[in-house]
Amino acid sequence: MKGWRFFLPLGLFAAFVGIAGYQLSQPKSEFVESAMIGKPMPPFDMRPATSDVPGLSLANLKDGKPKLLNIWASWCVPCAAEAPHLAELERQGAPIVGVAIRDRPEDVAAFLARYGNPFQRIGADDLSELQLAIGSSGVPETFVIDGEGVIRYQHIGDVRAEHVPLLMEKLREAGA
Amino acid sequence: MIAELGLAALWLAAALAALQLVAGALAVWRGGEESGGELAGLIRPAAIVQGVLCVFSFAMLVWLFVRTDLSVKLVAMNSHSDKPLIFKIAGSWGNHEGSMLLWITVMSAAGALIAFVERRLPERTMQATLAAQSFVALGFYAFLLLSSNPFERLPTPAVEGNGLNPLLQDIGLAFHPPTLYLGYVGLSVAFSFAVGALITRQVTPEFARAMRPWVLGAWIFLTVGITAGSYWAYYELGWGGWWFWDPVENASLMPWLAATALLHSASVLAARDALRAWTIMLGVVAFSMSMIGTFLVRSGILTSVHAFAVDPERGSFILGLLVIYIGGALAVFGLRAGSVAEGEKFSAVSREGALVVNNVLLSAILGVVLLGTLYPLLTEAMGVRVSVGPPYFDPVGTVFVVPMLLAMMVGPLLRWRGDRLERVRKPALIALVCLAGGLAVAIALRAGVLSTIGLALSAGLAVASVMPLRGRSLRRLPIATWGMVIAHLGIAVALFGMASERAFNKEELAAIKVGETATVGPWSVKLAAVDPVAGANWTAIEAVMQASYAGGKPVELHPQARSFWSPPQETTESALATRWNGQLYAVLGKAADSERWQVRLWWKPFVTLIWYGGLMIALGGLLALIGRVREDLRRRIVQRKAGERRAEAVP
Repeated sequence: MKGWRFFLPLGLFAAFVGIAGYQLSQPKSEFVESAMIGKPMPPFDMRPATSDVPGLSLANLKDGKPKLLNIWASWCVPCAAEAPHLAELERQGAPIVGVAIRDRPEDVAAFLARYGNPFQRIGADDLSELQLAIGSSGVPETFVIDGEGVIRYQHIGDVRAEHVPLLMEKLREAGA
Repeated sequence: MIAELGLAALWLAAALAALQLVAGALAVWRGGEESGGELAGLIRPAAIVQGVLCVFSFAMLVWLFVRTDLSVKLVAMNSHSDKPLIFKIAGSWGNHEGSMLLWITVMSAAGALIAFVERRLPERTMQATLAAQSFVALGFYAFLLLSSNPFERLPTPAVEGNGLNPLLQDIGLAFHPPTLYLGYVGLSVAFSFAVGALITRQVTPEFARAMRPWVLGAWIFLTVGITAGSYWAYYELGWGGWWFWDPVENASLMPWLAATALLHSASVLAARDALRAWTIMLGVVAFSMSMIGTFLVRSGILTSVHAFAVDPERGSFILGLLVIYIGGALAVFGLRAGSVAEGEKFSAVSREGALVVNNVLLSAILGVVLLGTLYPLLTEAMGVRVSVGPPYFDPVGTVFVVPMLLAMMVGPLLRWRGDRLERVRKPALIALVCLAGGLAVAIALRAGVLSTIGLALSAGLAVASVMPLRGRSLRRLPIATWGMVIAHLGIAVALFGMASERAFNKEELAAIKVGETATVGPWSVKLAAVDPVAGANWTAIEAVMQASYAGGKPVELHPQARSFWSPPQETTESALATRWNGQLYAVLGKAADSERWQVRLWWKPFVTLIWYGGLMIALGGLLALIGRVREDLRRRIVQRKAGERRAEAVP
């Protein structure tokens, strides 16, 4: 064996340290972001999730005004936790539409009666079809959709107090 | 007071490690016996006292857990006063801080043991070895004391503890981590021996004999740990699988592969004074793999089903330790290995030749596993997220496992130094015929490609592994040779179990009412009842199933879906019906609707052989260890008697 070969393991190890060190320095994102950001919403037309609130279709999103699209469900605990912050967004003038995932009309009505209704419209997505089509992996998630029906921003997880200004800002960027 | 005693003992032990390092380094630098004198006399006692202090410190931690002292943060975070005693004790190492304390305890206890018993190596190599051991230990003391103090008190004691993860509240798992740790850390001794020998350039057969029991011991624990971990995952997770190529599983497999290679190359060095640089290299690599595994698991840079407490700061700390120890050892290797003489020559067809093939292929498999484990890291650096699983590991691993097992069939039959293939033609032919027979049966049964290869190889290997017994007096055969035969046979047995499970596994997912029957393979399983039951810290829904094999007398199974309340979590407790030819595996799922229950059933022919094989491998290692230690003790007695006789002869 030539002398340099004995340094081969050291070289390989140095490469490992380089990669591992680089990875450690990167912020670790636990969330999978949607690949649909910047792309138009697919066509859809959903029945109302409960009798008192109208349903949701693509045409409603293409009315020229940017909106927040909230993916939620009455059976989801973080959705209840984010309800006051959605109400705050509505108070500040954000138009919010909802998509209820795998839900029952009476449960939706009970949830709205208990936590209030910030939604202009709520569509029922019984098989998570729209949810999967726009690249959402769980509930709750909140998307910013511009006036042309293009997805501009995705917020994963519940909306907390500190996210309210951020979402208002994203809504403004989308042309409100 | 208990916590403070434990912490004080730990600081003292760290100080002794520093003393041991300084004294050892000075003694080696000045040249050993002649001038190191007084300082060198400190090394062994420091190592021994350090070991005692660490064991004391760990005992204090266990005591805190037994008493459930909720003023200690670690206890409050990981224990609960209502927990059964055995899990209170196990809870002391079922968390990051406690497991690191266990790590350092095992490491310093091993250091104390070599300082106490190892007398045959040149004193200067021993000093270098103990200095290296204390150098490695110091890093872990620093890690423990500066960033993961297990004895930290809470400003105000907690009212009640958080409890232990329910998945870990299982007797098998309570002892799985310490077993693996004994293995990982035992390899640290091999690492220190390798570094010590590199520093003094005294890589001799004596060195290999001194190192071998440590490697064997560590390897036995690793084998048992991996086998037990695999069985635990199989019955506790309720997924029906026994190996998932998860990063944490790979983290234990990689040191095992390296230790297996090291074991065999150390045998060559001990018997024939060959493969010097290679043995040293493997000694460094084996422990490096343990540390890299720990790093990958604890830093959270890889995603795994084993959700350990993840902390990037700790990750950086461990990476720093890796750079110092592995980088340092490999740098010393690069500088020194060239000047370690090559050792004895041998011909390609010989025991050594076969062991070289075994070593190269084991290293290749290690490379395959390492690459597969690190690949997601590589691609993530380029912005692509991938997950590497069985579709990579199974076929690529097979490419190297097949030639390795073929070499394993012939190798033990060959003589040292040089041999002729004609001499082993007959036993090799017998093994090949069995292999061909296995192949024919597997093809007839339409097993898949990998399973067919596995079944054929296991048949051939099973026969080949007992061939070394041919024509020898079984009563006079050395114990170590028995060890080799049993370990190799264990590989064949485990391989047969794996291939059979893969080829003939039957699965059935059914939604049935109470009173209805589902069938899987030769079994028919009747759901007799579903009842609520309660345990010490959980409640569960338990199914009563009557399973009957091929119309025979039914056995009763009780799979459960458990809900723990401290902390709240749901687990599935699978139920198993074991026969000589396989296992029925039943899992109770959720209610499908108001009347029907989801039931998942597997029939896994010969699956238990995987773990019996694993235990046979470990037993083989144990016999080899006993044999080697006995040989060694005899040699010592002979030497002492010779010494006494010489002393008598000189008036």
